[in-house]
Amino acid sequence: MQIHKYDTVIVGAGGAGMRAAIESTKRSRTAVLTKLYPTRSHTGAAQGGMAAALANVEEDNWEWHTFDTIKGGDYLVDQDAAEILAKEAIDAVLDLEKMGLPFGRTPEGKIDQRRFGGHSRNHGEAPVRRACYSGDRTGHMILQTLYQNCVKEGVEFFNEFYVLDQLVVEVDGVKKSAGVVAYELATGEIHVFQAKSVIYASGGTGKFFKVTSNAHTLTGDGQAACYRRGLPLEDMEFFQFHPTGIWRMGILLTEGARGEGGILRNKDGERFMEKYAPVMKDLASRDVVSRSIYTEIREGRGCGPEGDHVYLDLTHLPPEQLDAKLPDITEFARTYLGIEPYTDPIPIQPTAHYAMGGIPTNVEGEVLADNTTVVPGLYAAGEVACVSVHGANRLGTNSLLDINVFGRRSGIAAAEYSAKNDFVELPENPAQLVQDQVERLRNSTGTERVHTLRTELQECMDANVMVFRTEQTIKTAVDKIAELRRRYLDVSIQDKGKRFNTDLLEAIELGNLLDLAEVMATSALARKESRGGHYREDYPNRDDVNFMRHTMAYREVADDGTESIRLDYKPVVTTRYQPMERKY
Amino acid sequence: MATPTLEKTGNAEAGFADTPYITATFRIRRFNPEVSDEAQWQDFQISIDPKERVLDALHKIKWELDGTLTFRRSCAHGICGSDAMRINGKNRLACKTLIKDINPEKPILVEAIKGLTVLKDLVVDMDPFFQAYRDVMPFLVTKGNEPTRERLQSPEDRERFDDTTKCILCAACTSSCPVFWNDGQYFGPAAIVNAHRFIFDSRDEGGEQRLEILNDRDGVWRCRTTFNCTDACPRGIEVTKAIQEVKRALITRRF
Repeated sequence: MQIHKYDTVIVGAGGAGMRAAIESTKRSRTAVLTKLYPTRSHTGAAQGGMAAALANVEEDNWEWHTFDTIKGGDYLVDQDAAEILAKEAIDAVLDLEKMGLPFGRTPEGKIDQRRFGGHSRNHGEAPVRRACYSGDRTGHMILQTLYQNCVKEGVEFFNEFYVLDQLVVEVDGVKKSAGVVAYELATGEIHVFQAKSVIYASGGTGKFFKVTSNAHTLTGDGQAACYRRGLPLEDMEFFQFHPTGIWRMGILLTEGARGEGGILRNKDGERFMEKYAPVMKDLASRDVVSRSIYTEIREGRGCGPEGDHVYLDLTHLPPEQLDAKLPDITEFARTYLGIEPYTDPIPIQPTAHYAMGGIPTNVEGEVLADNTTVVPGLYAAGEVACVSVHGANRLGTNSLLDINVFGRRSGIAAAEYSAKNDFVELPENPAQLVQDQVERLRNSTGTERVHTLRTELQECMDANVMVFRTEQTIKTAVDKIAELRRRYLDVSIQDKGKRFNTDLLEAIELGNLLDLAEVMATSALARKESRGGHYREDYPNRDDVNFMRHTMAYREVADDGTESIRLDYKPVVTTRYQPMERKY
Repeated sequence: MATPTLEKTGNAEAGFADTPYITATFRIRRFNPEVSDEAQWQDFQISIDPKERVLDALHKIKWELDGTLTFRRSCAHGICGSDAMRINGKNRLACKTLIKDINPEKPILVEAIKGLTVLKDLVVDMDPFFQAYRDVMPFLVTKGNEPTRERLQSPEDRERFDDTTKCILCAACTSSCPVFWNDGQYFGPAAIVNAHRFIFDSRDEGGEQRLEILNDRDGVWRCRTTFNCTDACPRGIEVTKAIQEVKRALITRRF
């Protein structure tokens, strides 16, 4: 076991982690621990754009953006945070441009902007061009640009280091962060990183679904590490299903395709979104569009022999426009479906895409131990976190924005905290939990296989807690997850080695997914209303009286070792926007 | 060595009478220094839909037959650049190569990319590759005061370097280059592509410095224009053309 000492440790090297690293490296001795090489992170898969009311192509302002974000989140958004997001968006985009990001340009040479779902002029009047983009490779360009600037700033990376435990120490009755424990993939060695501050920027948890746009590596490791140490997870029942994933594969096809004029059609060729969202049509918010697609499918208007998908139609758009604005997604259709989008519509279905919930933080990125108390020295930003700027449903282009605004904020805040505070003493045997976990899996002779359990989990989640949920389906999921968690204790792996043991890491990742799936289903069961991405057929309306509040889930361990989840609730921060019925 | 096989299951019962599944053999170059100093080929026979990706086949082998098989992957749709490997002798991304497109009637050969040290099975040491990338100053260099708003750039100037912005640093090009195989000191195509991305960006003012770096003994002049890199690039970047443009810029100092 090795022990390292850094002022600031960042967990994850996607957009949020690298944006934080650029700030924190300038101010404190920083290490970035990432389970992948930095440019492999899933920020790179984001396509359509990053929202900011630059008003480069038409009238716009950040107050409209704030409103759209709050409405898009079905009023579960903390309004102070949404205001910061929208206001700081403008500088966030300009900062990236100055770092070298090759944005698309207007004829005058300014950053070009396109339409995106839920973004509107003057509080819902009509779609507005707010998304700054680079073709359909905006996330790729952000990831590359941030990595380039990390190289420029000399950011220190520990590549292929898996953070498996968060060290939380109680000092004078206050929970503080002492550092993290990581597993080095290349050698199997365990490393303790003592740090004055730690920032989690480790991304989402979409791999507990089967049809998902998420990478294989998005297994909620950061959320699970904090949750296991008694810290809460907020709003985990809210998961976004992106309307346009490639049929059966889940690969993302950007909403920018509809921003450029693409249309969703059912088997009769009907533009069905006109029925569900007369003003915004195909550019309604994602939860609304995904539910509409499944309604079409359920009512027998789905396409194909099994009627299980609908079409994204781009055939009326000029090929030059597709080549210039949507080169990657048209190539995906050709590569994976053998379809030519110039002439043929693309079969799509909603795909599990984004966790609105996560580790609760305030607007400085400080992690909360309960509704109000911060954990000194602990920060989170990006999809792993819940600020909450996305509420019950995130608007497209607000995640690339979130990672930049709150990545930067937490990078600055953590480095400043490191400058003013001392190291917290490490607990005795700091690596004990990870060592035990690794040894147990390596030595296990159990009969359960990781692949089997993961497949059963994913199929259960798709069937029971996806776009439509009921008490019965959620209970089915809760029971199944409990069964899988029991069977997980009997899981064994084949690779017993130390070197690049991805067999072992997949087993650990499955453990994280199971913990988080349980939190998500339990939180969903208790929320007896429909709001944003959480739709209960047995409670189809939003219930502001009882549920205008954030869910806070805590892991409880009884004296006899039995685990349970305790749910609590946190008020929503409301500033100037009173909840209204949500129509698009 | 015995060939582990996996019988197809479930499809007949599920009513897929015209099941698309075929049986394919994957011949994989295995290496694990914890077990043996020698690399060896191992065959795996699996039943799989030929419309699936080579990455799906590797997962099937790892998850159902042999958990020790080791490879990198993440996004599974050609964006993250983790899974470049040699498939039937050609560098490709496993997640962007469909089985039907590589003649599954014969054994499909899968091995690590060349020119970088193999660490285990299909995993290579990427550090020399990223070092070459870092050496070409892969970031925007500007002088003077920053403007308050964005720097202006015409759509034509933006288009000038669009092709090389697509790079995902997968190393398919560099590890297909015969010059790189013989001399690991050569920067290699990917580093030059990333230098090109800035040299031809109208906003950048570091072109001279970058060109001096590439004028080095291990720089662009080592390129022998074999076009392997262009063939290998999963993003369709015209890599050899980019290298030629850098060479021309070195001669004319116009970019």
